[in-house]
Amino acid sequence: MATEADSSSDEIDWRSEASSVEVTRRERLNEFYRKRLYEPGLIAWSDMRTRIGLSILSVYIAMAVAAVFGLWRNPSPNQAERLLAPFQTIQYPLGTTQSGVDLLALMIDSTPFILLMVLAGGVWATSLAVVVGTVSGYKGGAVDSAITSISDFVMAIPGLPLVIVLAITLSPENPIFLGVVLTINYWAGLGRSIRSQVLSIRQKSYVEASRTMGTSTPRIILKDILPNIMPYVMVNFVLAARYTIFASVGLYFIGVLPYTGQNWGVTLNNAYNQGGLFTFQALHWLLVPIVTIVGLTFALVLISQGMDRIFNPRVRTRLTGESETVTEENESATTESM
Amino acid sequence: MDYYLKRTAKIPITILAVATLTFGLIRLLPGGPFTQLRIELLQQGVPVEQVNARIEALQNIRPDAPLWQQYIDYLIGIAQLDMGESISLGQPVVDVIAGALPWTVFLVLTSTVLMFVIGVLVGAVQAYWEGSRFDQFFSGGSIFLMSVPYYIFAVIFVFFFAYQFGWFPTGNAVDRGLEAGLNPTYIISVLHHAALPIIAFTIGGIGSTALNMRGNSIQVLGEEFVEVARLRGLTDGRIATRYVAQNAILPMYTGLLLLIGFRLGGTVVLEEIFSYPGLGYYLIEAVNANDYPLMMGCFLVITVTLVVAVYIADLTYGLIDPRISTGDSDGY
Repeated sequence: MATEADSSSDEIDWRSEASSVEVTRRERLNEFYRKRLYEPGLIAWSDMRTRIGLSILSVYIAMAVAAVFGLWRNPSPNQAERLLAPFQTIQYPLGTTQSGVDLLALMIDSTPFILLMVLAGGVWATSLAVVVGTVSGYKGGAVDSAITSISDFVMAIPGLPLVIVLAITLSPENPIFLGVVLTINYWAGLGRSIRSQVLSIRQKSYVEASRTMGTSTPRIILKDILPNIMPYVMVNFVLAARYTIFASVGLYFIGVLPYTGQNWGVTLNNAYNQGGLFTFQALHWLLVPIVTIVGLTFALVLISQGMDRIFNPRVRTRLTGESETVTEENESATTESM
Repeated sequence: MDYYLKRTAKIPITILAVATLTFGLIRLLPGGPFTQLRIELLQQGVPVEQVNARIEALQNIRPDAPLWQQYIDYLIGIAQLDMGESISLGQPVVDVIAGALPWTVFLVLTSTVLMFVIGVLVGAVQAYWEGSRFDQFFSGGSIFLMSVPYYIFAVIFVFFFAYQFGWFPTGNAVDRGLEAGLNPTYIISVLHHAALPIIAFTIGGIGSTALNMRGNSIQVLGEEFVEVARLRGLTDGRIATRYVAQNAILPMYTGLLLLIGFRLGGTVVLEEIFSYPGLGYYLIEAVNANDYPLMMGCFLVITVTLVVAVYIADLTYGLIDPRISTGDSDGY
């Protein structure tokens, strides 16, 4: 049913939808899964960058699982020899710190915290940006200028200094709350760019058709506009997550955020301040948290670069060429129009 | 002209809003920033009136006045460049900031320009030889650079070039005891101290700039007008600069506005690592010393710097893109 609706003109669209919503709900879900998740996923997976990125990311998820289920020992002082070099013993593969803490245990221990924070930051920043961007781009007029003025103001405040000042006021210790605080004004810039995309989409004939039919604004945004900007949003979700890591580790590193036990940034800070800078023996103490941080951001950047492919209409068309159905031709057309 | 007028009018409004925000934050901060100081002074046996007078001098607002009065006093103070007195340094906040601001601007400006120029050049060459060994190598490199936070470069540089090899200083903006002036010794000292922070900050941004430029250029190279220009027999140099580069840089220039904001904020971590006495450095010092007047002063000035920087960038945008000067900036 949805197939027919998609392939035919907008006039038929509303009629068919009105007549058989009940019957096609499951089909529509299926269709949605295939077109918005499965196919983009396939394209993304065909890209080497995404594959490498996802593989690296799975290592971090494994680390988080290990931490949650206690599969590796907890970090504690004097659990091993001091400043043990990495790759010397199987027991302490990444070596130890100056106070004899197993570095691998340190890294694993803070993974769930960091992942939760990153997820929270990404979800908060992108979802707020999507809401702000779509509403302001689609509604226009007074709503638009109000929202634009507010986001202009928010954009005028530099992120990290604001977070530092807020961190003192709120001392965010919960990872989810911390993620939100870190990206407190990240949404503004992203919202602006989503708005400009929505501005071009709202000119499209099918949106205009929905509007003349009197479809409600939330429905138009949800059904007609959101699916078109989803790939862009996904890429930016990953970039927002990367920003959250950069900001959090940086602020932990300079000691502004409240310490909630050890984590990658705190370890880096300790290594930096407690003599890690002076000898080569302590170099691994600096390098282990660095590699851990860079590994995660590298995975995220690779995934975002790979997902960028979904944007590229030529790649899309090649895939649809393999199975010649009306739907998919149509699909590539919508992608192209983005 | 209407656009420029509107754009200029926005500046005082934004600054007022930010000043209101800092005022609100000072009021909001746990227990009030001066509670601790007041208790300390009272415990030392200082009379109440003197304590109040001292705190008034520190914060440029009277603690016993009603809220609206405090707010107006605060705004008037800022308008007169009076931001109170730093608790930890014992100097007026304005003096501290006046000494720090030029260094931060120098750092951000130099590294952002370098980053932009290098990134654009690399990206353009990559796009021109798309798929070549050079392109593949630098694409991989760019993705890697994008995933390394700038402060990681800073830490590694400090470790090797400052502490291990001793080639560069580990703190300050110039050698101690050097008179400021336009003499070679002074300038060399400044560059020597700024080299590592600038390089670290520049490298961190090259990756995404190059990737953006590459993407935009490839898109432009596929456009018909480039083909037409070739058929017309224009020189490669002219096509590269007037046709491809200009059209590819335009969308990046808008992104640059956002980037300035992130980079100005980023100096906080950078200056702390290099002990470089800019705004960010004093912000952290103030945070660690519970020095609220200095902290809010730094925050306010960083924000105002950003507002001004974006304003300048916005105005120059019209010079690059003639379309913008007639309509408003949002004519997507």
